[in-house]
Amino acid sequence: MTIKGQACVVGAYEHPTRLAPDKSVAQLHAECAAGALADAGLTLADVDGYFCAGDAPGMAPMWMADYLNLKLSWFNGTEAGGCSYLAHVGHAAAAIAAGKCSVALITLAGKPRSAGQATGTAPRALGPDRPEVPWESSFRWTVAGVYGLMAQRHMHEYGTTPEQMAWVKVAASQHAQHNPNALLRKVVTVDDVVSSPLISDPIRRLDCCVITDGGGAIVLAKPEIARSLARPVVKVVGCGETIATNLGGYVDLTRTGAERSGASAFAEAGIRPADIDYASVYDNFTIMVIMQLEDLGFCAKGEGGRFVADGNLISGVGRLPWNTDGGGLCNNHPMNRGGITKAIEAVRQLRGEAHPAVQVPDCRFALASGPGLVVGGGHNHATVIFERE
Amino acid sequence: MSDASSAWKDDPFAAAYPETAEFWDAAARGRLLLRTCSDCGKAHWYPRVICPLCGSANLRWAEASGRGTIYAFTVARKAEPTYILAYVTLAEGPRLMTNIVDARFEDLRIGQEVSVRFQPAAEGRMMPFFAPA
Repeated sequence: MTIKGQACVVGAYEHPTRLAPDKSVAQLHAECAAGALADAGLTLADVDGYFCAGDAPGMAPMWMADYLNLKLSWFNGTEAGGCSYLAHVGHAAAAIAAGKCSVALITLAGKPRSAGQATGTAPRALGPDRPEVPWESSFRWTVAGVYGLMAQRHMHEYGTTPEQMAWVKVAASQHAQHNPNALLRKVVTVDDVVSSPLISDPIRRLDCCVITDGGGAIVLAKPEIARSLARPVVKVVGCGETIATNLGGYVDLTRTGAERSGASAFAEAGIRPADIDYASVYDNFTIMVIMQLEDLGFCAKGEGGRFVADGNLISGVGRLPWNTDGGGLCNNHPMNRGGITKAIEAVRQLRGEAHPAVQVPDCRFALASGPGLVVGGGHNHATVIFERE
Repeated sequence: MSDASSAWKDDPFAAAYPETAEFWDAAARGRLLLRTCSDCGKAHWYPRVICPLCGSANLRWAEASGRGTIYAFTVARKAEPTYILAYVTLAEGPRLMTNIVDARFEDLRIGQEVSVRFQPAAEGRMMPFFAPA
């Protein structure tokens, strides 16, 4: 069975807030749901499938389904960290293809910024329930620290440079200047990045994504419904997901689950990386974009640094227009989870609704890809390929 | 308990995994044990009851040399005092997360030889930190 072309994105909505101390997480989920349904021209009464992850109140579909009073024939609460919502697109497409539901709603929301969370630099207080924790917690790993290890190793093995990593942030900032909702709209230079304060060597402050409140939602529907609506039809043509483990202690910190999730998605879509017109690739840290572009096949392993340099990710300038909303590095990283905003900007590009300054002409194929939880330890990874009809 | 060699028994992170008691008991005596497969012959990390490399349940505890090399390292500059997070590749093969202690960040390099130095976790169990050999 394939999901290729059997489900379409009909609604997409990114909450404009980046700081929401006066709103509950449930309210943000509800506002995102309403926004995506309004975008589609549908209502809550049309929804019969609901998908959410651990950011939802109660960490499961039950409570937002009750809050919204959904009438469901299918639900799924797969928790895979930041890429959960990309996995949900695949799960929703499969459910629609199997006839389990007709209109599927995916929501994400959270408030780490107003909670003052030091997402990248504070060791996580984890209990003993996860089996790797007793062996790692004493070493006070941080998110920025683990990505620092990965970046150092990638530089060691492939000669990747801080300046090449900086080009990723430069491209994001070039795009974010056009996004009125972006948290950081100031254009930065390579020099700005490589002279910003070290956080966890070689990761510098401007190599790190933002911390924002907010959220987003996506609505998928079966093609007959999509074609009856007044929106451009965006088909899901390929999905891939995996859990990249720590390999029993033989982990390679330069590789990501994008190797597998990307290969699955491309195989299902029947296209190659060279066919992609626009790519949303998760940018929690600049090094992650370099590693994932390699693992997705946009360039050879080890060539990612050279691939992103000299503006190659800037829309209208380089070969691969990427994260044209400003990405997690500049625009938004709601609830420390960038998966849904990756899919939303891909949909904007395919519809021709990205900002004119960053819109890719005749955008037919778009990819959205990213990891969940912390790459370096075991992590999830999901990739989705969309096609404009 | 006041006896350092049995402090791990009150550690909730060790107590949650009774199958790893032998590791913590040895660690309290300064010995690093690796769960090693009698079928595929390889050691793995962290210790499990099923070999993650071949699926065998035919496992034993084998004492490691305590030697290894630095695979990658970084310094947590936002912490006070700073500390060095690292992955070390043990001589026996597995790679583990640790801290490099008794060293300056500026003096370390990838591939450098290190040896185990057990230090207590806040909860009581002894953890394998590493220092330049």
